[in-house]
Amino acid sequence: MEYLLQSTGYILQGGSVTIRLFFLTLLCSLPLGFLGAMAKTSKSRALHILMESYTSIVRGTPLLLQIFFVYYGLPLLIPGLRLDRFTAAALTFILNYGAYFTEIFRGGIQSIERGQYEASKVLGMSYTQTMVRIILPQTIKRVLPPVANESITLVKDTALVVVLGIGDILRNSKEIVARDFTISPFIIAAIIYLGMNYLVVLFFKRLEERYAVYE
Amino acid sequence: MQYMSRSTVIEVKGLHKAFGKLEVLKGIDLTVSKGEVISIIGPSGSGKSTLLRCLIHLEKAERGSILIEGRPILDPDHPHISESEIRTRCKKLGMVFQNFNLYPHKSALENVIEAPLVVAKKPRQEAIRAGEQQLEKVGLSDKRDTYPCHLSGGQKQRVAIARALAMEPDILLFDEPTSALDPELIGEVLAVIKDLVKEHMTMVIVTHEMSFAREVSDKIVFMDDGVILESASPEKLFNDPDHPRIRSFLQKML
Repeated sequence: MEYLLQSTGYILQGGSVTIRLFFLTLLCSLPLGFLGAMAKTSKSRALHILMESYTSIVRGTPLLLQIFFVYYGLPLLIPGLRLDRFTAAALTFILNYGAYFTEIFRGGIQSIERGQYEASKVLGMSYTQTMVRIILPQTIKRVLPPVANESITLVKDTALVVVLGIGDILRNSKEIVARDFTISPFIIAAIIYLGMNYLVVLFFKRLEERYAVYE
Repeated sequence: MQYMSRSTVIEVKGLHKAFGKLEVLKGIDLTVSKGEVISIIGPSGSGKSTLLRCLIHLEKAERGSILIEGRPILDPDHPHISESEIRTRCKKLGMVFQNFNLYPHKSALENVIEAPLVVAKKPRQEAIRAGEQQLEKVGLSDKRDTYPCHLSGGQKQRVAIARALAMEPDILLFDEPTSALDPELIGEVLAVIKDLVKEHMTMVIVTHEMSFAREVSDKIVFMDDGVILESASPEKLFNDPDHPRIRSFLQKML
């Protein structure tokens, strides 16, 4: 029993990396996705091409490859650049999830009926007023389910940082497994991931309930 | 409404509008005077809605001119009227849509006060007070805090009318206001429009409700295939239209 508690404690220490990475990624990639969606739905052709390349490249290549590329590749391309492991991982995750959120928000914005823009226009609202007051609040409700999905995936994707040797939940449990020839640390890690995702699901459920007052 | 002063509030000349190769408006002339109620009737696809949408700049016509209270929003002599100028000039106009286009994430009252708050920059208390009056006017005081999803079609359209009125327009445009409604709900919306007629609101109404158009209008405009076939008083147009096309259309409708 004491052994299990000890292992759990050590694995949980890795949890702080996982949690930091999770929140940092969401905090930065949600606004990034929002800006990306605004760029993608704007009239500027240059912005379109830029965003299209961004989302195609990021969504079309493995996240693991992107982590390697940013950590090992970028310093070669940009002389003098030194990224520590966590920064490299966070940067990759933000860019990666930003691309997915761009597409989710773009779809959300475009799913709002044209009549909403027209009603706002005939009432004299500017484009910005229409977006901020009318379109985006409705978009948030519609994108909640896919954003919840992405957040759940993000919790699990953080385990990929193992490849950079960052001491997250998975790496710490692997260490114990290798040392003591027991698989119980893997089970503990699984339970911790499950617990984190349970909280994520609960959070989004609450949020969806709050938005359920209309429609 | 002959006793109103007859100043012109909308003047349309030679209006042309095409969607790609499809010509929808082929030279429209229309004059709306203050206090006048004009109904535009005619078969589907004749360009009625497009004409209305051009008046409030939801569509940009290619040729011709549109003056709102003497100020151009489309003028061949001034091809570059800025969007903000057009927006200011179009504020004289309000519009009610076939599909209501209420804001689903806002309650009835919030729908009504939205534009007064963010466009007219009214203080919140004042906007709420005025909004409540607008809702009372359309008979929906008790639905103040109800979201559109819990309103019937007729109630939605009445909220939409209150919302348009809240911006105190001089002219109200109706784009088939009852076409999306169940038959038993049409009456309540028409009753609200009739109240506005009594208040001498200037209105242009695209409608398929022939008896209603006949009852409330000062002038009926019959459109067919992108042109105005005839523009006359209801008595003249319904009893003795010049054009055989109109006669056959009315026979089918009545």
